[in-house]
Amino acid sequence: MAKSAKKVSLSKSKAKKPVAKKKAAVVKAAKKAAPKKAPAITWDATTLKQVSTEVSRWRKSTLSKSLEKMPTRKAQFVNDSGIPLPDLFTALDRKGERFDEIGVPGEFPFTRGTQPTMYRSRLWTMRQFAGFGGPADTNKRFKYLIGQGMTGLSTAFDMPALMGYDADHPMSRGEVGKEGVAISTLKDFEILFDGIKLDQVTTSMTINASAIIALCMYIAVAEKQGVPMGKLGGTIQNDMLKEFIAQKEWIVGPRPAVRIVTDMIEFCAQHMPKWNPVSISGYHIREAGATAVQELAFTIADGIGYVEEGVKRGMNVDDFAPRLSFFWDVHNDFFEEVAKFRAARRMWAKIMRDRFGARDPRSMMLRTHAQTAGVSLTAQQPYNNVARVALQAFAAVLGGTQSLHTNSLDETYALPTEDAVTIALRTQQIIAHESGADRVVDPLAGSYYVEHLTDEMEKRAFDYIRRIDEMGGIIRSVEEGYPQKEIGESAYQFQREVERGDRLIVGVNAFKSDFDDSNIELLKIDEKVAHEQMERLAEVKASRDQAAVSAALAKVEAACRDEKLNLMPPVLEAVKAYATLGEVSDVFRKVWGQYREGGIF
Amino acid sequence: MADRKLRILVAKPGLDGHDRGAKIIARALRDAGMEVIYTGLHQTPEMIVSAAVQEDVDAIGMSIMSGAHMTLFPAVIDLLRGQKADDIKVFGGGIIPDDDIPRLKEQGVSAIFTPGSSTQDIVKWIQEHIPARA
Repeated sequence: MAKSAKKVSLSKSKAKKPVAKKKAAVVKAAKKAAPKKAPAITWDATTLKQVSTEVSRWRKSTLSKSLEKMPTRKAQFVNDSGIPLPDLFTALDRKGERFDEIGVPGEFPFTRGTQPTMYRSRLWTMRQFAGFGGPADTNKRFKYLIGQGMTGLSTAFDMPALMGYDADHPMSRGEVGKEGVAISTLKDFEILFDGIKLDQVTTSMTINASAIIALCMYIAVAEKQGVPMGKLGGTIQNDMLKEFIAQKEWIVGPRPAVRIVTDMIEFCAQHMPKWNPVSISGYHIREAGATAVQELAFTIADGIGYVEEGVKRGMNVDDFAPRLSFFWDVHNDFFEEVAKFRAARRMWAKIMRDRFGARDPRSMMLRTHAQTAGVSLTAQQPYNNVARVALQAFAAVLGGTQSLHTNSLDETYALPTEDAVTIALRTQQIIAHESGADRVVDPLAGSYYVEHLTDEMEKRAFDYIRRIDEMGGIIRSVEEGYPQKEIGESAYQFQREVERGDRLIVGVNAFKSDFDDSNIELLKIDEKVAHEQMERLAEVKASRDQAAVSAALAKVEAACRDEKLNLMPPVLEAVKAYATLGEVSDVFRKVWGQYREGGIF
Repeated sequence: MADRKLRILVAKPGLDGHDRGAKIIARALRDAGMEVIYTGLHQTPEMIVSAAVQEDVDAIGMSIMSGAHMTLFPAVIDLLRGQKADDIKVFGGGIIPDDDIPRLKEQGVSAIFTPGSSTQDIVKWIQEHIPARA
């Protein structure tokens, strides 16, 4: 036990070892493990023949007799992505299964996990997304969650911050502090992280179109605490492609947006070795209505898009790919979700090695955050959501996630109350310490069904990626609205299935309650948050050095207009001078124009 | 039968980009034989009312998930009144707590559909409550 734990600390991506030493150890391990021989096939001909004879016999006798008495409830079963499910999975469905496609954990193709020991050495990070009201409100929630055993911070921003507007902008009417924390200037960030030592936590920030501004504010706050940016650990979502595909929070159009993302990837590769500059997100794609296969396909395609942009810029793929991270949604179709995580890791490993010629195994390793599916929660009988979240969280853990957010039972109504968040966090703690899921690596490997689903999802997702490649890549296909249309179609089909009763949702179109059970406590955001934000913003503007702000914003504009310049240094300078989030975003709008999507449905 | 088709503006006001619901409703109304105009995302109340008047719609359906409903619904209704276009009915849906529904209705919102409403409920309500304007 002690021996294996020691081994792990060398290759753990987040272990507290110097970077160079860690890298060397991983490369060495990979060299040693590189397979040369022809891949072994799991099932030999003799076994398969025996299984075939037995299954035929079973079908003719036991099964047919049973079906006479007890026909199946449906003529055909399919999973949530429409993958057909036969009456029995056996080794026959695994004919030709290659050992090297499944492999061992911590090695290519990482189907079984990114780390050799997974949760036997270190549990996943329990990272509850939080943010509401003003920065002081969220700071208090952060401290509460840390006190309850949470191991990583995760920041939700309000809609104005996400769309690049200050609290006092007309577009911000009614939205300040509602869906996340209100942020307009560095001053707000100073309050948000007050009393939290930024070299002792890892922070995730869910922000995209204005991500560059948020990251610069975070760097500036850390500097004020005496923590250099090289020591900062965390993730910024910064996945603009999925914004155009699904979440629809943007400032400028796809091409300049991806340029900003690529600037950040490049800057972090040079200056922030512990920071994940993009979290390539399937979550929002799925929430918008995609199937699990579509989530897998479009997300991996987005990942390919970012790597292509990085390579185009002349970066060596192994210099930035190890810090690309992912983010999956986890729904109710338990086995499909587990298979999705496994398929994703295998696909990414193959793509990075074979398509991009990566050589560092860390470039091939798909590390991921996961969140249970907000869209699967119901406003009706909200306590049922605790059961849904537990099921989904368990799937994420069996799928081998590196970190996890569990939704709260009240999130179909509003941001969660403290009590509801606590139940959600406790759900993870129960899975970690009571279910036994932490004791074995990739426990569902070898299940005929799960391995079949893993293969099938990979195959179907690669079909989508081929189509996207044929269209000229992900940016082009997003501009043409291809993923958007595919997702819209799936969302509409899902709704029709629910309304026809082909798909039952407990408490919604089945097992309805006669009594009103929706009477739960809700978190309300007071309108005074908006006033306080506007007052603080006015104070900051009155007390800053206006000439320094103007000069810094002019440098941001110059960098926007010159692709050879990286935008990070001038944006950092601007936020340090207390230029506002809206002012920096206005420069982007001035140079590239405000993006608008047509009303297609 | 001589009635013209109902014209409905489906609108996404505010900064919230969650358009899954709005698009499903737009499709369902179209499938039910109505003429549907979808505004696209991130519309101000002014943009919505101007589109409604220009397109001569019978009703506006708004979808809001961001918690800004108490600001944005009344803003649209006030603007319609200001333009003497308040015969255009306003209905909506999204993440709207029960407590807010009576307050929205007092301010002139005709109906609110919360999560779990079927598209057929909405189609039926429109057919029963929205007369095609002459």
